[in-house]
Amino acid sequence: MKLTLHIWRQKNVHDQGRMVTYKLDDVSPDMSFLEMLDVLNEELISKREDPVAFEHDCREGICGCCSLTVDGIAHGPERATTVCQLHMRHYSDGDEIYIEPFRARAFPVIKDLVVDRGSFERVIQSGGFISARTGSAPDANSIPIGKDEAETAFDAAACIGCGACVAACKNSSAMLFVAAKVSHLGNLPQGQVERQERVLNMVAKMDEEGFGGCTNYYECEAVCPKQIPVKFIAQMNRDYLKAVATSD
Amino acid sequence: MSKPLQLLQSTILSKVVMAATGVILILFVLGHMLGNLQIFIGQDQFNDYAEKLQSLGPGLWAIRLFLLLCVVLHIITSLYLKKLNSDARPVQYVYQNTVQATLASRTMLISGLMIFFFVVYHLLHFTIGTIEPSTFKGTIVDYAGRPDVYSMVIYGFQNIFISASYLIAMVLLGFHLIHAVPSMFQTLGINHPKCNPLIHGLGPVLSVIIVVGYISIPIAILAGFVTLPKGVM
Ligand code: HEM
Ligand code: FES
Repeated sequence: MKLTLHIWRQKNVHDQGRMVTYKLDDVSPDMSFLEMLDVLNEELISKREDPVAFEHDCREGICGCCSLTVDGIAHGPERATTVCQLHMRHYSDGDEIYIEPFRARAFPVIKDLVVDRGSFERVIQSGGFISARTGSAPDANSIPIGKDEAETAFDAAACIGCGACVAACKNSSAMLFVAAKVSHLGNLPQGQVERQERVLNMVAKMDEEGFGGCTNYYECEAVCPKQIPVKFIAQMNRDYLKAVATSD
Repeated sequence: MSKPLQLLQSTILSKVVMAATGVILILFVLGHMLGNLQIFIGQDQFNDYAEKLQSLGPGLWAIRLFLLLCVVLHIITSLYLKKLNSDARPVQYVYQNTVQATLASRTMLISGLMIFFFVVYHLLHFTIGTIEPSTFKGTIVDYAGRPDVYSMVIYGFQNIFISASYLIAMVLLGFHLIHAVPSMFQTLGINHPKCNPLIHGLGPVLSVIIVVGYISIPIAILAGFVTLPKGVM
């Protein structure tokens, strides 16, 4: 099929950036979205032009590297799908596609479609862990935990930290990401000791990094490739209020 | 900066301020509606109710100041959050898209600001009396010598333009509340499969009750169901 692509090109952090239009003549419906971009890049390289920079690693929807906003939707039109798992069979001949980087002040564009998501790492460093004595692994099942708690924690832990929630939110808010990380540990016995400190520190860091606030649009939930539900945001709000009220 | 002030700048606590002041404003809106609906009982009941409110004296002023404080906090916080949220995305998408955010949720600041301007107008109309001074309560009194709030309201709403402005404002308020009510629960951390159907139903239900309750008055007056007492022109 023939496609017209409008792609954000930006040389570096300081460059203004702009949309550039490319035409592809022979896209197979079996290609993945990223393979389609690979084909474009082959063409650009053969013409001695600068290929389009985009991030990817596993290409199987588990690492959270890929980060494209396709036609205004983070990870593209398919629900519960990272853009690396989006396939060209969802498009038809003659389609125009807009491809932009994830947009947020806390995710500065490094080049073309690649953004720096270091702000997420710093939020994790501020509390997204448990302090435990390292050494030999504890015996399996030595810490009793109910099935429901385990499953809730696991639902939150499914977050791959891709940043689509931020990209989709009209406020560039990171609430879904931070809530997933806070709730993942907060629902497990191992996470209880640092529960208050964790939520206070991670929310403070989130605000400091320049993410926006939540106005309950729920666009995050709609694009999340791991379908993390917004109930975790409510749980984080609860934990945060409790921590603010009881910590000194 | 002191710790409480620093905490208030947190995005989560700012939203809690929005929600807490919002609950108070909703309770006021409901109470005010119940008061106003007494116009359907008749002039006697309505003017009596108005006089009782006035007789609260300092108590009335305490309530007014408290409500004013809530409105001011609600607005300032909404503007603070708006600034913060706009700053969080300095470069917009070329292709803008929305998957599931409702129109109401995306227009909260506009609907809110319109409601605010309406409230100012409404106070000038029925509390301060600058809009229609000749039929302002006190200028006209009822048979018992009480300020004739009943007739003032009817004179006001017999004007189709004034009625229309109230109608539009109430629809905007309903629109604001469709998002505000469920949003408030989420902000306060209430989200559970058992309560969610109730929470999501409460937005539209409360909005409809408030809109219908309020606009029934100008509509009833325009339709001639509620009329001036005999002897009043
Ligand atoms: C009678 C008048 C009003 C009532 C009953 C009311 C009620 C509420 C409630 C309950 C919320 C939900 C808070 C939350 O999401 O946690 C809210 C949010 C909001 N209100 Fe109001 N409000 C009123 C007037 C105003 C005014 C005058 C403004 C003017 C700017 C305004 C702007 C906003 C904004 C921007 C939000 C935030 C929406 C969001 O974060 O999703 N409201 N309001
Ligand atoms: S490249 Fe790993 S999730 Fe898409």
